[in-house]
Amino acid sequence: MMTTLAITAIATANPLGRGLPATWDALRKDRHGLRPNDFEDAAVNTWIGRAEGLEAEPITGKLADFDCRNNRLALAGLRQDGFEPAVAAARLRYGPARIGVLIGTTTSGILETELAYRRRSPSGELLPLTVRYRETQNLFSVSQLVRRHLGLTGPVASISTACSSSAKVFASASRWLAAGFCDAVVVGGVDSLCFMTLYGFASLGLLSATPCRPCDADRNGLSIGEAAGFMLLERPGGHDDAVHLLGYGESSDAHHMSTPHPEGLGAALAMERALARAEMKPIDIDYINLHGTGTPANDLAEDRAIWRLFGGRTPCSSTKGRTGHTLGAAGITEAVLAILCLRHDFIPGTLHTERVDPQLQSCVMLQSESRPLRAVISNSFGFGGNNCCLVFGKRP
Amino acid sequence: MQIFVTGVGIAGPGLDGWANTHPILTGQSAYRMTPFSRSIPDILSAAERRRSSQAVRLAILAAQDALKAGDLRGEELATVFASSDGDGVITQDICESLAGSAREVSPTSFHNSVYNAPAGYWSIATHSQLASTSVCAYDVSFAAGLIEAASYATVERQPVMLIASDLPFPPPLHVIRPVEESLAIALLISPTARKASLMRWEIQFKPHGAITAFPTGLPESLRSNPAARGLPLLAALANRTDETVSLEYSDETDLVVLCEPGA
Repeated sequence: MMTTLAITAIATANPLGRGLPATWDALRKDRHGLRPNDFEDAAVNTWIGRAEGLEAEPITGKLADFDCRNNRLALAGLRQDGFEPAVAAARLRYGPARIGVLIGTTTSGILETELAYRRRSPSGELLPLTVRYRETQNLFSVSQLVRRHLGLTGPVASISTACSSSAKVFASASRWLAAGFCDAVVVGGVDSLCFMTLYGFASLGLLSATPCRPCDADRNGLSIGEAAGFMLLERPGGHDDAVHLLGYGESSDAHHMSTPHPEGLGAALAMERALARAEMKPIDIDYINLHGTGTPANDLAEDRAIWRLFGGRTPCSSTKGRTGHTLGAAGITEAVLAILCLRHDFIPGTLHTERVDPQLQSCVMLQSESRPLRAVISNSFGFGGNNCCLVFGKRP
Repeated sequence: MQIFVTGVGIAGPGLDGWANTHPILTGQSAYRMTPFSRSIPDILSAAERRRSSQAVRLAILAAQDALKAGDLRGEELATVFASSDGDGVITQDICESLAGSAREVSPTSFHNSVYNAPAGYWSIATHSQLASTSVCAYDVSFAAGLIEAASYATVERQPVMLIASDLPFPPPLHVIRPVEESLAIALLISPTARKASLMRWEIQFKPHGAITAFPTGLPESLRSNPAARGLPLLAALANRTDETVSLEYSDETDLVVLCEPGA
C-alpha cells in the first residue's frame, strides 16, 4: 500500500546551525558542527555536537514551567524556517483539533533531575519543588510544549524507541492520517545533551575520543549531538513542489538489546518494507543516508543489510560526522538533511572518514558530490533493535 | 476505528493474571490486596531474566498473560508499549551514580534505560520482527497507546499487542511522581474478528466530558498508576455487556470506546 504525504513545512536547529539556510550552507561546504566535549562539567573525553546559545534562552511567559535545556532546544527549532506561520495557516485551514503532534525523544529534560540529585538534602531527599517532573523529565513534556506553543488541540503523543524515535513519528503520523482522525500532523524530534547519555555511552565503550568516523577502517565510536527538528505532514494534492514522504518501514531485530543483528536482518527488513510501501525498487533510490553511527558493529551490520538489498551501486553516506549522533532527534535531523540533499541534488560525503573499512561492500561516499536525485532513503536504528527506514522523493 | 479485542493480560498486586482478575471485575470474587509478586516471566531466556529490570518484567508478565487465551503467537504480533514514566528504578540508579564522585553508569542500567527496553526484551523473547512503538502521554499514556495500537491494526491490517505499564518510583524520586502500585495491562487487538475475539470496540474522539468511573471493588492505591486508566475497559471485557467507556485523553478530548460483546 503506497503512503504518500506532502511535507509542507520544515524547521531545524542542529549543531550545523539554526534553520535550513545555515544547515544547507554547512552541508555543502563540508563544515561540521562537532567540538571537544565542553558540556557542563562532564569529564568525558569525546567530541560533541552542541546547539549554541541555549543557556541564554530561558522559556518565559505561559510556558515558563517547561523551561529546561530540551524544551529550549525545541522552541529554538520551532522558531526557524517559517514553521510557526505554516502551522498557523494549517490551523486556519483544518482547525486546531484536526492537527496532531508526535515528537520523538529519548532523554527529554532528564538533565534537570540529574542536577537536582546534586542538590539533595543531607538525608538524600530531593527538594520536591526543585524538579518540575511533568514539565521537564517526563517524555511527554516536549510534545505538550510543542502542542501548546503552536496552539493545537489534536491527538498528541511522544514516541521513544531510542535512536529511531523521530523516524518512527513519520510512521505513526501516516497511520493517524490514514485512519482519518487528523488532517495534518506536526512530527518532530528533540534530544539534548545530558550526563546520562555521555556517561552511559562511555560505559559501553561506544564514544570516540575524536570526531566520529563512520565506515572508516579505524572507526572507534560515536560523537553525541543534540538537535530539534519538525515537519508538517499533510495529504498530497496541491503541494506539487513539496518533497514527499513516499514510504516507511519498521522492524524489530529480535536479537540483542544494545548490539544490532550481525547480518543486519532487522535493518534489511525495515528497508524492504519501506520500499514495498513506496512501491519502489532498490534501483529507484539515488542516495541512502546511513544510520552510520561510527561504532564498529553498527556500521558493519547496516552495510550487510544494504549490500543484500542494494548491492554496491547506490551511493551511501553518514552525516553523523557533521552533526554528531543526535539520538532521539537523529531520525528527523537526518530526514531534514536528506530533504536538503534532494532539493539541491547533492550527496554529502562522510566527513572525517579517511579510509573505508575494506569489510564494507556498499558504496560509501567520502567526498561530497552534486548529482540528480529523485528519491532518497534515511535509516534510523535504535537500542532494543528498533528500526525505521524512511523514503523521501520529489514527486508524490 | 473498529477493532476486536482477542486477548487480555494483567499483572499487579492482587491482580495475578486475567484468569484471576476476570471474576474480580465481574464481582464474583472479592479483591484481596497481596503484594505484587514480581515474578520473572518464563518467556525470557536465562540471560534476559538476569539482565531485565523490574519495569521490563512487569510489562512482559502482562504481555505473556494476554497470549494465553488468544489464538495468536507473539511472533505474529506488532507491539505498542505505553508508559508514563518508564523505568524509575533505573532512572534513580543512574541519577544517583551521576551525582556521586565516580559518575559511573552501569552498562546494564544504561541499556535498560531506554524507554523501549520492554519492547526490546519482548521481541527477543517472541522472535517478533514486526513493528514496535513505545509511546508516552503522561497520565493518559494508556489512551495514547490504545490510539496507537488501534490505528496500527486498522491501517496496517495486522494484529497488534498493546501493553500499558508503570511502576512506583523509588525514593527520593517518589516525591516527584507518587505512583503507589505496579500495574501492567495487555490487550491483544486484531483488525478483524477472530475465533478468540471477546469484544468489538468502536473508538471515537469526543469533546471532553464525563469519564467512566474506576471499577468498584479495586483499591484506591491502584488509581495513582497511569496504566489503571485502562481498567474500566477491562471491566467491560470481563462483564461482556454493551457498554460505552469514556477515557480522558487531553484537556479538550476524550476517547470513547463503544464496547460490544462477541465478535
